[in-house]
Amino acid sequence: MEAFFNIGLNHFLILSAILFGLGLLTVATRRNAVAVLMGVELILNAAALNFVALSHYVEGGIGGQVVAVFIIVLAAAEAAIALAIVLAIFRHFRTIDSADTSTLQG
Amino acid sequence: MDLSLITPGTLFFYLLATVIVISAMGVALAPNILYSAFALLGTLGGVAGLYLYLGADFVGIAQLLIYVGGILVLILFAVLLTNKIGEVNITNLSQGLMVGAPSAIALIAILVKMALGTEWPTVETASAPTTARLGDAFLKEYLLPFEFTSIVLLMALVGAMVIARRAAKEGTKELPPETHDRLLG
Repeated sequence: MEAFFNIGLNHFLILSAILFGLGLLTVATRRNAVAVLMGVELILNAAALNFVALSHYVEGGIGGQVVAVFIIVLAAAEAAIALAIVLAIFRHFRTIDSADTSTLQG
Repeated sequence: MDLSLITPGTLFFYLLATVIVISAMGVALAPNILYSAFALLGTLGGVAGLYLYLGADFVGIAQLLIYVGGILVLILFAVLLTNKIGEVNITNLSQGLMVGAPSAIALIAILVKMALGTEWPTVETASAPTTARLGDAFLKEYLLPFEFTSIVLLMALVGAMVIARRAAKEGTKELPPETHDRLLG
């Protein structure tokens, strides 16, 4: 019971494992390209949370926070590119369903 | 049960964890993609709160500003642009949930077992503001990655513009009229 209420590293690791699993589920099952992008954001958030928690509880420095800031910045760049591609695909195919946008047969 | 164990910090963590998990499940399972996008707001905001709980004040504020204020708005923009609003069903169908959900649960179980089975050499750190130390770190030991990040951002923004603009030209020019009618009509 004490381990349940005394918040430690394990709580954060379990939370980000759940977040990562749900993000992976989103990426794997969604057919809408924007929804897949949301799953990627969940995965990136889980990773950044792990970095900050481990740097707080294990390292004691700010190395993890630096990595988390880089993750946030790169996620912004990734979102901008991905949404530009999604809009381009939508203009071409009139849909962003990943099952309908396959012109290469194989 | 000893109620003295429940500190405000504990309550704060469990409140945020509940918000995060429920809204992440909303992102993964909501039938309407607009609901998914709004559920993402809860997840990102909750993670920002946890950063503050861990003493990472700058990261928490950056998460709020960039993720909630920037990326989420961008995603909502894309959702509303790419779904025909006139159509009734803004579908967000999930396929393969029967396979995906058990796989995700198994993965979570493995990760949790690994996290709990490892002996982490934990240290006690006070939750103090870290913004000044982060600024020092970015301009001293992490200067090269910092500069590379600015180049990546510049290239990404220019690239996004080029992709979106060129596609707009080709989209109107390349399609023959009958295809255009068939796709739109």
